Amino acid sequence: MLKLFKYLKPYTFSILVCTALLFLQANMDLTLPDYMSRIVNTGVQQNGIDSAVPVAIRQTEMKNLELFFGDKEKQEILDAYTLLEPGTGDAVPLELVYPALKNEALYILSEGAETDAFEIVFSRAFSAVAGITQMASGTGKSSGGPGMPDLSMIPEGSDFFSILSTMPEEQRSQILAMISSKVGQIDEIILTQGALRLVNAEYQAIGMDTGKMQSRYIINMGAMMLLFTLISILANIIAGLLASRSAAGMAQTVRSDIFNKVEHFSGEEFDKFSTASLITRTTNDVTQVQLVIFMMLRMVIYAPILGVGGVIRALGKAPSMAWIIGLAVLALLGLITIVFIIATPKFKSIQRLIDRLNLVTRENLSGLMVVRAFNRQKFEEKRFDKANKDLTGVNLYVTRVMVIMMPAMMLIMNLLSVAIIWVGAHQVAESSMQVGDMMAFLQYAMQIVMSFLMLSMIFIFLPRAAVSGTRISEVLETEPTISDPENPEDLPSKVRGRIEFKDVSFTYPGAEENALSGINFIAEPGKTTAIIGSTGSGKSTILNLIPRFYDITGGVILLDGQDIRKIRQKDLRSQIGYVPQKVTLFSGTIESNLKYADENASEETLRQSAEIAQAMEFISSKPEGLNTPIAQGGQNISGGQKQRLSIARALVKKAPVYIFDDSFSALDFKTDAALRKAMKEKTGDSTLIIVAQRVSTIMKAEQIIVLDEGGIVGKGTHGELLKSCEAYSEIAYSQLSMEELS
Amino acid sequence: MSDKQNFSEKDKPAASPQRGRGPMGGGHMGMMKAEKAKNFKGTMRRLLSYLAEYKLTLFFVLIFAIASTIFMIIGPKTLGKATTALFEGVMAKIAGTGTVDFLYIGKIILFVLIIYAGSSLFSFIMGWIMARVSADITYRFRRDVSLKINEIPFNYYDNTTHGETLSRITNDIDTINQTLSQSLTQIITSIVSIVGVLIMMFSIDWRMTLIALAILPLSMVLVTFIVKKSQKYFKQQQEFLGHINGHVEEMFSGHMVMKAFNGEQKSIDTFEESNKTLFSSAWKSQFLSGMMMPLMRFVGNLGYVAVVIMGGWLVIKRIITIGEVQAFIQYVNNFTQPITQIANISNVLQRTAAAAERVFEFLDVEGEIAETKTPVKLDSVEGFVEFKNVHFGYNPNEPIINNFSAKAKPGQKIAIVGPTGAGKTTMVKLLMRFYDVNSGAIMVDGHNIQEFTRADLRRNFGMVLQDTWLYNGTIRDNISYGNPDASEEEIIKAAEAAHADHFIRTLPEGYDMVLNEETSNISQGQRQLLTIARAILADPKLLILDEATSSVDTRTEILIQKAMDNLMSSRTSFVIAHRLSTIKNADLILVMNEGDIVEQGTHVELLKKDGFYADLYNSQFETVAS
Repeated sequence: MLKLFKYLKPYTFSILVCTALLFLQANMDLTLPDYMSRIVNTGVQQNGIDSAVPVAIRQTEMKNLELFFGDKEKQEILDAYTLLEPGTGDAVPLELVYPALKNEALYILSEGAETDAFEIVFSRAFSAVAGITQMASGTGKSSGGPGMPDLSMIPEGSDFFSILSTMPEEQRSQILAMISSKVGQIDEIILTQGALRLVNAEYQAIGMDTGKMQSRYIINMGAMMLLFTLISILANIIAGLLASRSAAGMAQTVRSDIFNKVEHFSGEEFDKFSTASLITRTTNDVTQVQLVIFMMLRMVIYAPILGVGGVIRALGKAPSMAWIIGLAVLALLGLITIVFIIATPKFKSIQRLIDRLNLVTRENLSGLMVVRAFNRQKFEEKRFDKANKDLTGVNLYVTRVMVIMMPAMMLIMNLLSVAIIWVGAHQVAESSMQVGDMMAFLQYAMQIVMSFLMLSMIFIFLPRAAVSGTRISEVLETEPTISDPENPEDLPSKVRGRIEFKDVSFTYPGAEENALSGINFIAEPGKTTAIIGSTGSGKSTILNLIPRFYDITGGVILLDGQDIRKIRQKDLRSQIGYVPQKVTLFSGTIESNLKYADENASEETLRQSAEIAQAMEFISSKPEGLNTPIAQGGQNISGGQKQRLSIARALVKKAPVYIFDDSFSALDFKTDAALRKAMKEKTGDSTLIIVAQRVSTIMKAEQIIVLDEGGIVGKGTHGELLKSCEAYSEIAYSQLSMEELS
Repeated sequence: MSDKQNFSEKDKPAASPQRGRGPMGGGHMGMMKAEKAKNFKGTMRRLLSYLAEYKLTLFFVLIFAIASTIFMIIGPKTLGKATTALFEGVMAKIAGTGTVDFLYIGKIILFVLIIYAGSSLFSFIMGWIMARVSADITYRFRRDVSLKINEIPFNYYDNTTHGETLSRITNDIDTINQTLSQSLTQIITSIVSIVGVLIMMFSIDWRMTLIALAILPLSMVLVTFIVKKSQKYFKQQQEFLGHINGHVEEMFSGHMVMKAFNGEQKSIDTFEESNKTLFSSAWKSQFLSGMMMPLMRFVGNLGYVAVVIMGGWLVIKRIITIGEVQAFIQYVNNFTQPITQIANISNVLQRTAAAAERVFEFLDVEGEIAETKTPVKLDSVEGFVEFKNVHFGYNPNEPIINNFSAKAKPGQKIAIVGPTGAGKTTMVKLLMRFYDVNSGAIMVDGHNIQEFTRADLRRNFGMVLQDTWLYNGTIRDNISYGNPDASEEEIIKAAEAAHADHFIRTLPEGYDMVLNEETSNISQGQRQLLTIARAILADPKLLILDEATSSVDTRTEILIQKAMDNLMSSRTSFVIAHRLSTIKNADLILVMNEGDIVEQGTHVELLKKDGFYADLYNSQFETVAS
């Protein structure tokens, strides 16, 4: 699987951009809860006021606050504000916004002033002033304000601040220091929140429209959220575009590489992998990998970003609650692991049981006649019922495991949210957190859990794709055993077609024994060489060596005296007309199949070849003649017809060498005879090498080679062999009666 | 199964969209082209009738489903109360007028815990029961189909591939199973969710609900747009995938021929052509279907933002509480999910109906012609066989056997000869009553074979065909297939007569060796010997056999011939003959061509006639005699 990643190389840039986009998307997605929490915390709870530094403040109020500013701060703060006197030119236009400006002087915060440093200063000052005011005005008679000094000695109704200003310097600073230190002990969050309320009160005192400010704040935040959503979706869509193009593009290249590779495989590699497996590797496996790469490009990259981002933000909101998320993730992972441990072996056995059910059904279907002939329907039904019951049982088991999993997962998620609310509530009550932050934390928690679920999903798909990936790599890494020589020899322009086997031996890869050994014979042009022998004696193997479907392991095969391994495969094969044992026609028409041998063949050649192959008769009987369509595998014509077309195709090539691999057995005796007669007449000068089962087919051959267990046990004509070769006469007598042999 | 089926299997829509506000980066939404049932209503009604007997169980499932969903829906609003209490408590605390009422919040949390646990429990019970129901029904469907396989007359199979029948048992019934076990309860919970969530939303605030609902048409439009677009490319993708797979299959299985004719470049060119087209439709379909989730989430987020803004405003106006906003957000999230599910369900139902229809079609195939009510029972059959003016055609409109008459006496040998594809097995099928004659009659011992029960008739025939059917069982089981009560001794005797005993004893576990799934762990010739042993053990009075022993090595072939000769002695036998010796010794030769019996007589008679048979015989004699 990993080896396939190199196919992603051309898409490195796309993938990087894709990652960046997903990063952007995750950030946008994670920003949403934060903004929601702002709406709740600031918009709702704090009336839309997000800063303790007021944009406008009455001069009188500022005076009180000044008492709690340090000297340096005081100067900086006053510099940031502009004092406007009522009725002055600057003030009048602002009366609409700040109605109080009509009657008194206001400090207005200069635009663009840096206020962050003043936040805490103002918070403290506001709290101090408010504390004093509260107590002094009698509402705080109990003098139980949060850590305020006892000011009961101040006469009721008198203004503490005017008293304060009249106090001696030393006493005054002592009192102020005491108040400041008390305020300093108050938690910052509650300090700020309190200050914000006071700012709001100040705004109301100035007569500003606080309701409108609040709505504006909420709508602004909402607009930001919409913007982020939009960015997130755009990022996602572009990432999707890049991911799908990369995955599909990679699949295209992989598919093409496998196909090219396989097309150059020799018989050896086909034996190693099996045709069916090569087909799946080129088709299904590639699709599988494509799907997973697509998912990886999106989920595997996205999930960790989201998860880590979620954790960072959640910790930012409330580090003290991280353990709840950790616990939930552990619980979920535990659940998933347990379910997998339980379900995986069952999943495997499901596949086995489905195969079993299929097997039993297929057997019943393919043996319909036998089943009914022997009246064993009941038996078959019982067999099926057993397979059916087994499958149903395991299926039910697996379904039920899944049935447990879903509600359990929901329960864990729900417990998580309940736990966050309960623990969060306490923290909110203790003022270490705000309500909106708790709500945001809840959503972060869900996002973190989701990213874990996403990752675990990938782990379901990954093993399957990994198997596919390995299977693909296996093909890609296999080098064809047969390749052209570096300095190929050329064939003469006119090839005679003399084939000579010189002490040839051949071993199938991995086999211990030679499939062929010590094979010596010469097939002369214009003559027929027939090869006969029992199954497994190596007849077809000899034929497959001539066009180099396999390479010999010993000796040499010569074409007109040239070693066939020194010639280009293409040149060699263009000299050979091959008719395989298993007929293979390609989808198209009869004509396209015949022309497969030679694209430039004339209609005359096609007809002539079909004539020799005894195929013209049935071709003419078809309304569309040569244009009759051929379905894949030639399923729409009979076996004998296919065989004849296959022979005709080879003849179209007009090759100096023809090899027929048991190509006549699907023909009836009559056609067989007519075909051989016509061939003898028309292909006169070519070398004919024929593998056959029927003695009658080869009796007339100039040379008959009898094979047994990979070696030649007889060579000669029919008459000679009958007398001299026991293996041959055994075959002959089993097929023909005495009088026919005479 | 074909590769195409495998693909559709894998591309099934992911059954359950994730819950909650999950960022679903790579949701691969299924975009199956919706198969359409011809008769949706009728099929569904019939499918429901299968459910009828589980009425009571299903009623409980319904109750549990509703209860589980309702509990799930109550959760957020109740939890919202806790948030509100907290919020107000905190506000009061800041204002210095009160504190957070943890007793109240604790009670709410406890209550929510209980209903969440209850919801999960009910959902679990519901799934548990439903799994059993669907497993039961699936089991019954499979059983019914399997029973049907052996009842259906042969001509059905002439037009249906085994693959199709297999696909009904596996793919189609599987689809039904999935619908029953998942989609059915999903329909219930989705509907209850939608209704319940709507009620809860309205109970919080009608304005916010309207805003949330306004999002729906937008998402509908988006979904339909995407589905339409991507379906186009999805279809294209499937089509080109089909082309590629077809080409790969064709080229790989014809690899040697391709090489022999130097077709590499041509083949690669064709492949690259399709591969390029596949790429462009593949990424488009993947991209578009992958866009579904983000778009839905965008719409969801629109609703989310709208609700937050509106909710915030309403909270300020003191119309609703902060906890209600929180609950509402959750409801909006929970709302889109069942709607997508319901939208998907129509597809699922269509597909289910199509699958169920195919299964029902198979179950509705008319069985073989009913057995006679008054069957003839013969204690022992002599072996007289007579064909009386038999007319037959696989398709009644295309008769192939016209007015055929012939007689066979006990112990006689009847050879059937003719070129490949002449329909030699037709006679076998008629004798065994795999097919019934159109008119005329076939008599055994003077009784029309239709007067016997099929089982009785077939009991008297032994059959050895070229297609050596054996099954995945022990060799002993396979030999005794036709006579399951046979003793060990009888089995061995039959194997000996079939010249099979010797090779069986050389196998790893002898008679107990289990044949593998392709029965390829013994050779073709050995398989043939086993089928002969099987026929011998059944000890029939009448025999049908096919001499063809192609692709069997010569030594085994001789054994097979000897075994067949053993089998034929003293039995009336119909032989699809390939050996001249058999043909010459036959008491009667039936010469077939293009389905019909063109000539009949003995070897000598037929040669004299100088017709089709003489032609056939001479064509090979000519070469033989040279």
